[in-house]
Amino acid sequence: MIRFENVSKTYRRSSRPALRGISLEVERGEFVFVVGLSGSGKSTLLRLILCEETASSGSVLVAGRELSSLPNRKVPALRREIGTVFQDFRLLPNKDVYQNVAFALQVLGKSRHAVKAVVPETLEMVGLGGLEKRLPHQLSGGEQQRVAIARAFVNKPAILLADEPTGNLDPTTSLDIVRLLDRINRTGTTIVMATHNEEIVNQLRKRVLELNNGELVRDQLQGVYGAQS
Amino acid sequence: MRVQFILSEIWIALRRNLSMAISVALVTMVSVLFLGLGFLAQRQVDAMKDYWYDRIQVSIFLCTAKSDLANCSAGAVTDPQRNTIRSQLDTMRPLVKDVFPESQQEAYDRAKAQFPNSPSYRDIKPEQMPESLRVQLSDPTKYEVIASSFIGAPGVAAVNDQRRILDPLFNVLRGLSFGALAVAGLMVLCSLLLVATTIRQTAFSRRRETGIMRLVGASAFLIQLPFILETLVATMVGSGLAIGLLWALVHYGIGYLDKTLPLTTFITTTDLWVVTPWLVAISAGLAIVTAWLTLRKYLKV
Repeated sequence: MIRFENVSKTYRRSSRPALRGISLEVERGEFVFVVGLSGSGKSTLLRLILCEETASSGSVLVAGRELSSLPNRKVPALRREIGTVFQDFRLLPNKDVYQNVAFALQVLGKSRHAVKAVVPETLEMVGLGGLEKRLPHQLSGGEQQRVAIARAFVNKPAILLADEPTGNLDPTTSLDIVRLLDRINRTGTTIVMATHNEEIVNQLRKRVLELNNGELVRDQLQGVYGAQS
Repeated sequence: MRVQFILSEIWIALRRNLSMAISVALVTMVSVLFLGLGFLAQRQVDAMKDYWYDRIQVSIFLCTAKSDLANCSAGAVTDPQRNTIRSQLDTMRPLVKDVFPESQQEAYDRAKAQFPNSPSYRDIKPEQMPESLRVQLSDPTKYEVIASSFIGAPGVAAVNDQRRILDPLFNVLRGLSFGALAVAGLMVLCSLLLVATTIRQTAFSRRRETGIMRLVGASAFLIQLPFILETLVATMVGSGLAIGLLWALVHYGIGYLDKTLPLTTFITTTDLWVVTPWLVAISAGLAIVTAWLTLRKYLKV
């Protein structure tokens, strides 16, 4: 589903590479944590998958596409197969819960019928049934993140990227959110989640990729956050 | 569904950004107004030219017994001289459309009728008036052909072109119409810059929406479309207002002139409808191109 071959990325106006010689492979349906200190290259890794950035060298393959040679006009089609969730939720403040989730389908030109069928079902799945008419500022942080996950997942993407999705949430809520991602993972969606949250990583015991200064220093199945086990 | 969604998004955005949309509409209105005035002024000059050139004539004044011009030292024009001039004019058809001879008595009667109270005609006698041939040309700009053939010819006192009286007027009007177009150019530049600034500001204030659209895989075209359509709506409202103002100006203003000054012809609303497609096309085209160029620079897709 995702394959990096000796990928390096150096941003313009930066002498230090953000990623150095990364090679890894994520299979369809896997759940992967990407851990590491701030500035270790986690976000860059996700941005490369999303084709927000292109690798300086090496090759990135996502959902059967070689991204370094992907023409700009084909980038939207790639992004339709990837859902994305951020630390700061990124909801539209003047649209209610239902409209926020429906927006993702409407901009892709889905029929009103399809929107009406899929959105309530997705909201129910993420545990937001009954909150359709609320505006984002009327929701708790955890609920807002559920809206963001519903929006990322409503289009049934093959891959779901989560960049520190629990960064703004308390521990209990964080665990709920990750359990939700785990549930989505069981529907066959590949999940790549960058996180600082030690407790969650240790509890879920999924595959862990650890980055340090742009290098992949650990790739461990059923791993933990910190030291080797 | 998608059309309805885009339209509703545009409606929401226009309402939220109303002051900006109004400023774009008003600046567009002023620039289209000047553009329209420039175009209409050109058409007015053309219409007046057509009207007057159909009526103006070249006068070939013939020598009289009393005329003291050098070319008339031999005295009044003789019949053979008159016939030579007439037959020479006949050979110059089709440039010469018509020839109207005017005898001394006719010239006297016409002068008396035109200027009944003028002191300069009070003591004048018919034999003091010049006899003339009034020549109507099919192309009034070819006056020189007549002048060069007849100035200095035996029996010809002078050749006079009425166009010389009107041309300075046409030149002033033509100058004014170019002035209006120059102001229009400046105003169009202002409105383009305003459109660019507006879009830049709107793109910034809506970066969250566009960011989400990008993330869920909306195409660049779909992300840019609402911005372009909003600009287009604002400029079309402005153009519509400008065309309304031009219509009022032509219908009431020029209509009033037409009634009070029957001696010439004026443009009508038909002329306005002829330039309207151009005004709309120019303002829409410029708005779309400016919006698109600005978005390429300031909206990441």
